Amino acid sequence: MGRNRVSLEICEACAEAVKLADVDVIAAYPITPQTHIVETLSAMVADGILDAEYINVESEHSAMSCCIGSSAAGARSFTATAAQGLALMSEMLFIASGLRLPIVMALVTRTLSAPLSIWGDHSDVMSVRDCGWITVFAENGQEVFDFTLQGFRIAEDERVLFPFMVCLDGFHLSHVIEPVELISEEEARDFLPIYRPRYRLHPNEPISMGCFAMPEYFMEIKKRQDEELKASYDVIIEVWEEWEKRFGRSYAPLVTYQTEDAEAIILIAGSYAGTARLAVDDMRKKGLKVGLASLKLWRPFPLRDIREILGRTEVVVVVDRALSVGGAGGPMACEVRSAFHGESPSPKVVSFVAGLSGRDILRSDFEEMVQRALSHAEKGELPYYEMFGVRE
Amino acid sequence: MAEGKERLLKGFSPRKLPREEYFGPGHRACQGCGPTIAFRHLLKALGPRTVIANSTGCAEIISSPYPQTSWRVPWIHSAFENAAATAAGIEAAYKALMRKGRIREERIHVVSLAGDGGTADIGMQALSGALERGHDCIFICYDNEAYMNTGIQRSGLTPFGASTTTSPAGKVFKGQRTWKKDMPAIAEAHRIPYVATACISHMKDFYMKVLKAAEIEGPAYLHILAPCPTGWRIPPEMAVEIGRMAVESGVFPLYEVEHGKKRLTVKISERKPVKDYIKIQGRFRHLTDEDIEYIQRRVDEEYERLLRESGEASQAT
Repeated sequence: MGRNRVSLEICEACAEAVKLADVDVIAAYPITPQTHIVETLSAMVADGILDAEYINVESEHSAMSCCIGSSAAGARSFTATAAQGLALMSEMLFIASGLRLPIVMALVTRTLSAPLSIWGDHSDVMSVRDCGWITVFAENGQEVFDFTLQGFRIAEDERVLFPFMVCLDGFHLSHVIEPVELISEEEARDFLPIYRPRYRLHPNEPISMGCFAMPEYFMEIKKRQDEELKASYDVIIEVWEEWEKRFGRSYAPLVTYQTEDAEAIILIAGSYAGTARLAVDDMRKKGLKVGLASLKLWRPFPLRDIREILGRTEVVVVVDRALSVGGAGGPMACEVRSAFHGESPSPKVVSFVAGLSGRDILRSDFEEMVQRALSHAEKGELPYYEMFGVRE
Repeated sequence: MAEGKERLLKGFSPRKLPREEYFGPGHRACQGCGPTIAFRHLLKALGPRTVIANSTGCAEIISSPYPQTSWRVPWIHSAFENAAATAAGIEAAYKALMRKGRIREERIHVVSLAGDGGTADIGMQALSGALERGHDCIFICYDNEAYMNTGIQRSGLTPFGASTTTSPAGKVFKGQRTWKKDMPAIAEAHRIPYVATACISHMKDFYMKVLKAAEIEGPAYLHILAPCPTGWRIPPEMAVEIGRMAVESGVFPLYEVEHGKKRLTVKISERKPVKDYIKIQGRFRHLTDEDIEYIQRRVDEEYERLLRESGEASQAT
């Protein structure tokens, strides 16, 4: 292909994308398993190969607060975090979206305490699913690199102006070395021009940002935020199409595998889609008509894609790596169920919660989940959800 | 404005103050609000090349009811505990953008503006981080000595004995049970180039300090006593006068610490009795003579320490 294909730890691939984006301000606080991203970035700044202000903040709350200040002042701004760090900054996530600031953040997904655990799952990202950020899940290093660069372009588009979160699974992705195809600085500059915001905090044109709203304005403001976040879908697709033309890699809200004739489709987000793809091959060999949908776009929620792709099958096996404690199912499963409420025909949605805190999900586990789901569906007994792989 | 510092301060008079208003009228502050006097003069001193990061609190609530604003300089509010971090982000952005030639090189005064709670309680961590990192910002605490915006709850800067809605004077306890946290000393401990206290009653001193904070490169911390008639239970027309009494009684001494050198900027040779300051405020109504004597002793001690640290002669008799 003649492209620059290199072996990189995926955290480094993320940092490479941030460097190519020529960010102006990075504000970050260390937390496992995200640290390699910000270590790499601070080394780039220290070596003078990235011209950015690197702010060693004293907490993740301040990391996001600094990014809010810097982005409002018109600087391209980046941070990265995980788990407790995300929880600590969660107040500011909602505000970054409400202020319509195109900050990009890498979230190296990790389980929320307690018990304390540094290992990976999606309990952190699922805890902030209403925060108003565009949220994508990467499945491998290449996607982390691509999404990070795309993130700035999408977020800064005047039709969008929302912060952008790239989720990459802790350890399963963050600490793995993979071949990643980089793009050149010229290609990056061409794809991602200098950020020139229409409004910024600057004495030349004083504006007030973050005013308080009385109830008579509040709902209108929120409705607009909601509608415009949903409308960002079209821009995301547009940018993905352009990316494919430029670099040959295509993206979709749900990337499917063997779904055309599938009687059951596994839906999963993140790195385990790779394992699930192999499991689909195993099951196909045994004559089971199973497919896979790997969810890339989580917010805005791809309702139409979910209905189109999953609506054609009989059973949807949703594998959530997050638990809604005391809730009605895995977070993704609940949203997929509600997507089909009142729809006809509508697939049976079976919810599994698996792989919490880095617990392995094997190829054979996917097969077992599919078998169980099919059996539940056949009997017409659909539990709210099942915790899979728990020792009794 | 910074250029005209000497001219303004020599023979200081209200007539010499800049006529431009950058904190507009029509805001929703209470009658006699001390903090808004501070904001108005702060911005007269700093001028239009200023940007403000404001914490949640009185300042933000009274000045920014959507779709209106009192701020004629760029202003942002995002949350309560993070004014210093937000200001730090703005300062870093300007640095990067000026270096990269995206915006014109110039000195823009980046101000972090927070109340006593937003500075000394919930905002202390973000402030400490920002001071430590050395951002070229002016960090302002407008101290009205309680969470006034939410209805007069005690903060770490509420004075000993004051009755608030969460440190009420009851049958067992007599209001606030802790001594006012020495926030300027905490800022000073970061060894930043400039720390000062100011009060809306002493405007020449106030302007001198704001202008100095603006001139000095690196972090400056200004702790401004801004009396709140509503929370202090005094008539609205007393806001400035009560500030003067706080200074003249030694309850709130005016000093500065420039590159580590402490200096009393308003010397009070004969301090007025603390009793006079306390007796006219409703928030101290419940205190007995004995309580006030205790406060007087402690104020004397602290003032003596300040004299010592500033190289001044003792006033102890």
